[in-house]
Amino acid sequence: MLTDEMKHEIEAEAGLYEQRQAAAIEALKIVQRHRGWVDDASVGDIAAVLNMTPDEVDSVATFYNLIYRRPVGRHVIRVCSSVSCYVMGYASLREHLRARWGIALGETTKDGRFTLIPNQCLGACDHAPTLMIDDDLHHDLTPESIDAILEKYE
Amino acid sequence: MATIYIDDKPYEVKDGQNLLQACLSLGLNLSYFCWHPALGSVGACRQCAVKQFKDENDKQGRLVMSCMTPASANIRISIGDAEAKEFRQDVIEHLMTNHPHDCPVCDEGGECHLQDMTVMSGHHDREYRFKKRTHINQDLGPFINHEMNRCIQCYRCVRYYRDYAGGRDFNVFASHDNVYFGRHEPGTLESEFSGNLVEVCPTGVFTDKTQKKHYTRRWDLQVAPSICVHCGLGCNTTPGERYGQLRRIRNRYNGEVNGYFLCDRGRYGYEFVNSAQRVKQVVYRRRDDAGVETVEKAVKGDVLRYLARLLADGATAIGIGSPRASVETNFALRALVGPENYFTGMTALETRLVSSMIEILKTGPARTPSLDEIGDADAVLVLGEDVTNVAPMMALRLRQSVRNEPMAVAHKIGIPDWNDAAVRGAVQTKKGPLFIATPAATKLDEIATSTYNAAPDNLARLGYAVANAIDPEAPTGDRVSAEVRQLAETIATALKGAKKPLVIAGASCANECIIQAAANIVWALCKTEHAAALSFTAPECNSVGAALLGGRSLDEAIQTVRDGRADVVIIAENDLYRRAKRADVDALFEHAKHVVVIDHSPTATTAKAEVTLPAAAFPEGDGTFVNNEGRAQRFIQVYVPEGDVQESWRWLRALRVATGKADVAEWATLDLALASVEEAVPALSGVRNCAPPPAFRALGQKVPRQAHRYSGRTAMRANINVSEPKIQEDPDSPLTFSMEGYRGELPASLLPSFWAPGWNSAQALTRFQEEIGGPLRGGDPGVRLIEPAAGSAPAYFGDAPKVFAVRKNDRLAVSLYHIFGSEELSALSPPLAERIPALYAALSPSDAEALEVANGDTVELRLNGAAWRAPVSVRPDLPRGTVGVPAGLAAAEFLSAPAWISVEKVSAT
Amino acid sequence: MTDRPLTKNIRPGQPPLDLKGYEKAGGYAAVRKALGGMAPKDVTQVIKDSNLRGRGGAGFPTGVKWSLVPIGPDAPRPKYLVVNADEMEPGTFKDRLLLEGDPHQLVEAVIVAAYAIEAETAYIFLRGEYILAAKLLMQAIAEARAAGYLGNNILGSGYNLDLHLHTSAGRYICGEETALLNSLEGKRATPRAKPPFPQISGLWGKPTIVNNVETLSNIPHILVNGPEWFKGLSHTPNGGTKLYGVSGKVKRPGVWELPMGTTVRELLEEHAGGMRDGLKLRGIIPGGASTDFLGEEHLDLQLDFDTVGKAGSRMGTGTMIILDDQTCPVGFVHSLIQFFAHESCGWCTPCREGLPWTEKILAALEAGQGEMADLDRLGKQVKFMAPGMTFCPLAPGAMSPLGSGIKRFREDFERHIREKRCPWR
Ligand SMILES: Cc1cc2nc3c(=O)[nH]c(=O)nc-3n(C[C@H](O)[C@H](O)[C@H](O)COP(=O)(O)O)c2cc1C
Ligand code: SF4
Ligand code: FES
Repeated sequence: MLTDEMKHEIEAEAGLYEQRQAAAIEALKIVQRHRGWVDDASVGDIAAVLNMTPDEVDSVATFYNLIYRRPVGRHVIRVCSSVSCYVMGYASLREHLRARWGIALGETTKDGRFTLIPNQCLGACDHAPTLMIDDDLHHDLTPESIDAILEKYE
Repeated sequence: MATIYIDDKPYEVKDGQNLLQACLSLGLNLSYFCWHPALGSVGACRQCAVKQFKDENDKQGRLVMSCMTPASANIRISIGDAEAKEFRQDVIEHLMTNHPHDCPVCDEGGECHLQDMTVMSGHHDREYRFKKRTHINQDLGPFINHEMNRCIQCYRCVRYYRDYAGGRDFNVFASHDNVYFGRHEPGTLESEFSGNLVEVCPTGVFTDKTQKKHYTRRWDLQVAPSICVHCGLGCNTTPGERYGQLRRIRNRYNGEVNGYFLCDRGRYGYEFVNSAQRVKQVVYRRRDDAGVETVEKAVKGDVLRYLARLLADGATAIGIGSPRASVETNFALRALVGPENYFTGMTALETRLVSSMIEILKTGPARTPSLDEIGDADAVLVLGEDVTNVAPMMALRLRQSVRNEPMAVAHKIGIPDWNDAAVRGAVQTKKGPLFIATPAATKLDEIATSTYNAAPDNLARLGYAVANAIDPEAPTGDRVSAEVRQLAETIATALKGAKKPLVIAGASCANECIIQAAANIVWALCKTEHAAALSFTAPECNSVGAALLGGRSLDEAIQTVRDGRADVVIIAENDLYRRAKRADVDALFEHAKHVVVIDHSPTATTAKAEVTLPAAAFPEGDGTFVNNEGRAQRFIQVYVPEGDVQESWRWLRALRVATGKADVAEWATLDLALASVEEAVPALSGVRNCAPPPAFRALGQKVPRQAHRYSGRTAMRANINVSEPKIQEDPDSPLTFSMEGYRGELPASLLPSFWAPGWNSAQALTRFQEEIGGPLRGGDPGVRLIEPAAGSAPAYFGDAPKVFAVRKNDRLAVSLYHIFGSEELSALSPPLAERIPALYAALSPSDAEALEVANGDTVELRLNGAAWRAPVSVRPDLPRGTVGVPAGLAAAEFLSAPAWISVEKVSAT
Repeated sequence: MTDRPLTKNIRPGQPPLDLKGYEKAGGYAAVRKALGGMAPKDVTQVIKDSNLRGRGGAGFPTGVKWSLVPIGPDAPRPKYLVVNADEMEPGTFKDRLLLEGDPHQLVEAVIVAAYAIEAETAYIFLRGEYILAAKLLMQAIAEARAAGYLGNNILGSGYNLDLHLHTSAGRYICGEETALLNSLEGKRATPRAKPPFPQISGLWGKPTIVNNVETLSNIPHILVNGPEWFKGLSHTPNGGTKLYGVSGKVKRPGVWELPMGTTVRELLEEHAGGMRDGLKLRGIIPGGASTDFLGEEHLDLQLDFDTVGKAGSRMGTGTMIILDDQTCPVGFVHSLIQFFAHESCGWCTPCREGLPWTEKILAALEAGQGEMADLDRLGKQVKFMAPGMTFCPLAPGAMSPLGSGIKRFREDFERHIREKRCPWR
């Protein structure tokens, strides 16, 4: 069930477009903002709100990188995996995180605290390597500096 | 016409096409995947690349996608260009990187567009050395098998299912090389047209699950042109047989009728033919003096002699025909008993309804469109028909018709019709006018401009009001409410504003006023200079043929028997219990001394017959049906049935011969029988021409029903005899049960299947059409028997019925149709079983309240002393004072006719 | 008048100007000018005269694009203006500067551009990861609306415009303008066939203009200062300034507004401070991931659309990625192809199937499992995904660094195969 708050937000979005279904992507993001990810039931709920079918919503949901159709940890770490960060040594950063938790990209730490996800270029190439934790961009990273940053995320 | 240059040769092509269409129309080989003649171009697969040159001096050229390039005048292209060829090979090679190459175990093998295109492109060696991606498959229900690993991502399935057929429970998921075509979760596909995925998919992702149970390769199937028996539209089909078993139904293109597609009832309703319960032997039911019955198999000759004795001079025999039996069968019955003793097999009401439709169409000036032309309409009113469930393929055409009016937006900015995604982008969700007035909500409502649910009489009243709004001289009912008047005005305006307005009605509401109202509307339009079309659905596959033949009604037949005026009753392919009241049919059996039933499937009626003669089901015999359009179409025997099974008309002929009423030569063939039909029944003249006569030969040869690769001619019977059997005879058509014969150009009505060298899939069709999507070469099969009288100006039908009056205790039964279940024969086919609803009683909320029942409560329905119990389904769309019952369900039997039924709550015990 | 119009209000490390500050700095003068008496067609003419070319990568003349939109009372309605702020091309980080640094500049630009094509609704299509930009844009839009620059009857001109922010759910292909429109409509972002062009049939089938953030940000300045002024900013006939960026192992990676036609050398040596100590330059991807490698011989090349085009590459987004001599060129190209393979929308065959295969070959090379035949295959892939072969320019873009990379670094590719390992590891 979508909460009233979610429904309210989705309705507001739907009003901005010539057709309600245009709000599908935003609706998925709204649900994800509240729940961390988008479960099957929410796909159906969004469909109902926007006069769509679950198939239509899921067709869109599964297309986009930033919609998570599987559960994620409390914090999502999006590691930039594009070329400038490659040049600037993202490999050691990734290796550091992998060694720290023993998980690969796409996996969640055992304590459910972090999920590691590769992300396309974060658009801060002059400060590579970069990553985002939730909504925060972190840049000019080294394996040392990342440890200090992680402390801030419970 | 425009001249285009392909590999330096000039060709004349029709305007408005794209290059791919043009090349295929010219008979050139050019590979493609994402393009489909009915779906247009989207340019996704890149398989159709050709080289385009600026002019004759341009030697460089550039690759273009032929499907996305207009075939404009003087354009110069090359198909054979080395770079173009290499690119087409590369595309295949890339598609193959993830394709499993599992052709030997794939149901599509041998009729696979991917196989054909691979060979056509010349690609053979594969360099890819990495892992292939794999997918998990889904259970999509009883009709369709899913094997996603074979997918080449041409997007045709999703474009067909969603954009063309309007299904919304199927889609494409994920992205890049991981795209997935299916449902968001496993489950039965909801579309009534899902089976076409099998033919739309260029490879083996979607295959026929019913065929899988008795799988046979295409080249091992024996096939012949046939006609669907599951509704009145007469879609053309290709049944395939092996080992005396019907293995599958495929679409057979007819540019005027079903085009590229079939509905799922037509495709999957065939298994009744294979049923173990089939009537396959002559059965004699003996009743001794104490009334004890014994059923025994009888010898054909003995029974014929016995029946001849019964029919000997002096005895009165009456014949009861059937709207699901061929023209030939009904006629043969009429000839055996004499026109005065022949009855149509339809009730008085049904006879009147169908005859009324025919009369209206004959009178003119409104013409009845072909099924294909229905898709061209640009404003439609549906009066009383749940089109999706009564005449499914008509609904698929209506889904196309609503695109016509908004298409102007695309035309205005120069987008050609075939540029599918661009057209849809410009048109968006706009839909042309479609008005639906039915007793209850229908599936097409989702694309309708507006809908109106009311009791049948009130629907007729709306129709009258529409006619009146078009032409004030057309009569209207008394006390037309403001609401109805307003709606009528809207509808009238839309119809008048259209270039090709269309009104659809039929017999579903069992209400003649609706039919007359429909006539008044189109007549009013014609009178005001609008070329209006009128289409009626027909209840069964040969309702129109039976009505054209004429005869008295079933009611009168029953009365005749009751009055003791008949000694012998012969019933051809008709289960009387589906039509008349149980008590009446029981009475017929009680009063008749002898009842002979000819049928292919066991029914409540065969169960009562003294003698049952095994009739051929459609693939086992030849005959002619006349569809709702008045189009006579031939179905040709696919295989010779075992034992005594033969066409009903042959049984009747045999009886005539046995009684000495005819000599042995008479009606020795179907053609001769039809000659007699034409002679005796002017209304059916022309019926003989719907296919060439049996004597037809092409270069002196017959037409083979078997592919030239048909295998195992000796081996398949090796357990019986290793010598090759003699080829079975077929006196009724120019086809032969053989792989030898003529395979060149043929009249379309004789084409057993569409195959051309290099084209083993359904896509071979382009080789047989005059142009893409146009008529088959030499003309589409079928002969129209009904054309409007020229220059007629008929008088309007008189006043509309009175406003529907709710009764205090009883409720008016309205039939609610179900694509799976309402039709008699398909309902006997096991693959449909899980889709057939159980008996229910639908009530409006206010009726439910009055009866103090809620969803799921049980009510008892009572009519004429019979009673049924059914769970309640509360439906807000249903008019007050009615009770909706599923039409044609075996459990409901005669319930669905218009009748006032008492409905009472059954208290829980 | 400034010679750095786009960035003049941007102060490093400080929040962007609010409405008051922006107005004080001369902001919204272009809106006043356009709406205060110019006909829409006149606005378009000014932009046409300025020869402003699209900064989204393709360099299409903006004024010409606008003039294709049907104008006047008979034009289809509503019409739309869409800002392409998707910036997902690897190595590209220039629009972020404008979005975070001077959001009002973009809002003002949108109003003028929308007015020129008589659009009644505008959307900013912002990439989902630009969280700060989203926040700042929302603020700027709200301020502008409150001040009457947006909404009904703007500044009493009778012109109405709504502006909404749409944040993407992330897919590189959304940057392609027709895929972007599908995404705005809430659909899968697969590109559309052209023709029809969005100017004729775009968002919901209505006439639509899609412009890049940087392109649009130039508009108010051109309108206020005139086309001749704009042309004069440039070293070359291409006109205006350009946001150039440098990333990779240089001393001072960054982004700068410089005259169009600034040389590679000036950019690399003066602004980016040259290569880091001990490193040598091996290759330059001049404008985002989908452009051909340039090399040392191109240091004096002037960076503008025409000149870079003549040198066999494209200026693209103008943000260059530097390959140094201690970074594996195969790994570099592999990283790019990985990106493109993942971001392929899955619509057309060459891209959907061709990029993953290409990617697997490069992975094999890097892992020391390459074969000599792989180099031929890579060459074939480049040809197979050349412009025109695919449905949209994504895959051909991917082939640019690959094709030029194999040529330029063939020896490095071969070493991977001969030595059965990556020599840089
Ligand atoms: C794969 C692909 C990605 C693109 N990404 C962007 C982008 O992120 N931002 C952008 O402004 N243009 C992008 N473009 C270019 C746009 O399609 C379009 O040309 C541009 O937005 C037009 O704006 P302009 O005329 O102002 O340059 C991309 C094009 C392609 C083919
Ligand atoms: S090249 Fe084809 S598959 Fe790739 S992104 Fe463009 S349309 Fe999609
Ligand atoms: S058939 Fe032309 S691109 Fe697919």
